[in-house]
Amino acid sequence: MSKTILELNNITMQFGGVVAVDNLSLHVDEGEIVALIGPNGAGKTTAFNVVTSMYPPTNGQVLLNGKPIVSNHPHGKMKKMYAGCDRTAYPDVVTYTPDKITKMRVARTFQNIRLFKDMSVLDNVLIAKHMNIRAGVFSAMFRLNKKEESDMHESARALLSIVGLLPFQNEIAGSLPYGKQRYLEIARALATEPQLLLLDEPAAGMNPQETDELGEFIRRIRDAFRLTVFMIEHHMDLVMKISDRIYVIDFGKQISKGSPAQVQSDPAVIAAYLGEDEE
Amino acid sequence: MKKQTKRILNICIIALAIVFLYWLNANTSKQGMLVAILQKSAILAIAAVSMNLLNGFTGLFSLGQAGFMSIGAYVTSILVIPAENLNGIYYMTGVNQGLLNFRMAMANCPPWVQSFFPFLAILAGGLAAALFAALIGMPVLRLKSDYLAIATLGFSEIIRAVFSSPQMDSITNGSYGLKSVPNFPEMAGGLIPSLVTPFLIAAICILLMVLLINSSYGRAFKSIREDEIAAEAMGVNLLKHKELAFTASSFFTAVAGGLLAMYMRSIEAKTFSIALTYDILLIVVIGGIGSVSGSILSAFLVTAGKEWWLRFFDTPLYIGTWQAPLFRTGFRMVIFSILLMVVVLFYRRGLMGTNEFSWQGIMRFPQWFRRKFLKRKGAPPKGGDDT
Ligand SMILES: Nc1ncnc2c1ncn2[C@@H]1O[C@H](COP(=O)(O)OP(=O)(O)OP(=O)(O)O)[C@@H](O)[C@H]1O
Ligand SMILES: [Mg+2]
Repeated sequence: MSKTILELNNITMQFGGVVAVDNLSLHVDEGEIVALIGPNGAGKTTAFNVVTSMYPPTNGQVLLNGKPIVSNHPHGKMKKMYAGCDRTAYPDVVTYTPDKITKMRVARTFQNIRLFKDMSVLDNVLIAKHMNIRAGVFSAMFRLNKKEESDMHESARALLSIVGLLPFQNEIAGSLPYGKQRYLEIARALATEPQLLLLDEPAAGMNPQETDELGEFIRRIRDAFRLTVFMIEHHMDLVMKISDRIYVIDFGKQISKGSPAQVQSDPAVIAAYLGEDEE
Repeated sequence: MKKQTKRILNICIIALAIVFLYWLNANTSKQGMLVAILQKSAILAIAAVSMNLLNGFTGLFSLGQAGFMSIGAYVTSILVIPAENLNGIYYMTGVNQGLLNFRMAMANCPPWVQSFFPFLAILAGGLAAALFAALIGMPVLRLKSDYLAIATLGFSEIIRAVFSSPQMDSITNGSYGLKSVPNFPEMAGGLIPSLVTPFLIAAICILLMVLLINSSYGRAFKSIREDEIAAEAMGVNLLKHKELAFTASSFFTAVAGGLLAMYMRSIEAKTFSIALTYDILLIVVIGGIGSVSGSILSAFLVTAGKEWWLRFFDTPLYIGTWQAPLFRTGFRMVIFSILLMVVVLFYRRGLMGTNEFSWQGIMRFPQWFRRKFLKRKGAPPKGGDDT
């Protein structure tokens, strides 16, 4: 068995009385493409936000390469309101700011595209390269880091050419068509040199053919950049085609897991999706 | 357009500006008004660009400009007022002994060292403000938008209150203010006359800010302006970069404050009230939030408009023997406010939007003008005005 990259242990995220993620445990191994699926409002995005430290979970722990990057237990007003279990299992509190998590080589895209809309396509990618800058403010101001700056440009352009956006490098990001914006978001995430890539509904708004191409693309970058991919997706064809394993959650709780074939035939999954007209 | 053409045009403009400044210097007595207005514009341009660095490029709505300018103005003034005048100025409470000793030590330096002091004083003002900004930045920059504006405004007022408080009398001369601030220093042994100094310092400050904005750090600033959450997800350390922008902006704002003290020759705490911050904000908004050249252009237009072109409205106007109504002191501010509303209503994004000055832009201007104003006349009428 290959090594585990990401591990969630008993993650519970409670907003006031709403339990968005309920005691979720899962793991993603090196080189895998793992999908997280579930009906709308199941808590998938919330789980991603916990992994990237956008907010601390109410309870539970996230491990990256076996090392805790997030850990929390109910305290403050949540002590009384907490509705999950295992409240004493994680006595340590571990928090980092999201940029630190990115520096630990976890990159993500957003469900509702969050590009730097008024900046050029190239600048969008260059910003992701900024975090590894060695030059201080003054040397960057006076362009004493010419070599570094041109390296940044070069690798940003290389990424743009991989996603097919090199011809648009000087366009304003917000002016790109929707599908291209999704690819730009992936290019930007790749620019942070991740080991783990979190994709939140990368195929949202794409037609079946575009979705197919995206699936191929995700596999290709997984191999080319030796990535581990953890993605949320609603397009079942895509999920079934490229995922190695799938976790299904509903109302924050895990209701099924396994290979695409196993999940597809699981009665619990079928029941959860039955009420949904769009699937 | 070719790179070389652009370079030649740039050199021409700079050369023209230099020639013009030396011409002014030779005709100071006749052009006093023009000199005063241009100098004030240059100083406000520094303040406006540094406010833009924060509001327009980093997306931090800060209203602390007047406070940081007062730090620059007071530190600079205290360090440049001639030592022999000190006792006269602080006649109410006497000068702080430590300060007096320090100033005496400065006065005993050889003259060539002393010629650097005015510049070091301006620098010291900038550094003091930068240090203060770095300290208050840690708590304040964690606040979001409106709260940040309120907090910086509060700090600005606190600084003013401290400077004018009786406890500070022996250093800032409390509510009496500081007088006898010398004029701008000359540079390079008179090669660059006193009159030109503020323009040179303004040019250097603005150039430094442009370099910062165009560096990788400046890109990070813009990413924060565009989307904090995405910026953070791309590895941009929010607090570090906000702190950097805030400190740099405060430094240059204080430099503008130091120059303003030299320009006005005397300062008091009242000068640095919220009204000054609003004046600068106005320049930034009119020029275009996110445009350096817009801020510069608007600093000159607004200052000239307010202090000069509109003066006409303040003096009684006679046509024959009939005195036109409304033309009296204060009317100019009414006209100014109306013009302002027109700009805000019709050029919501300011004169320049987020664009920068470029020669291509200038070359395209006749085309744009034709499209906008001339073609419309020829176009067939399309019932209704709301097209
Ligand atoms: N910041 C928040 N504050 C309060 N409630 C929240 C917050 N974020 C999410 N929720 C709630 O948590 C639940 C799960 O939301 P989440 O966005 O994780 O669902 P999702 O599985 O990503 O759904 P979708 O498929 O629509 O994207 C929802 O009921 C939502 O209203
Ligand atoms: Mg979601």
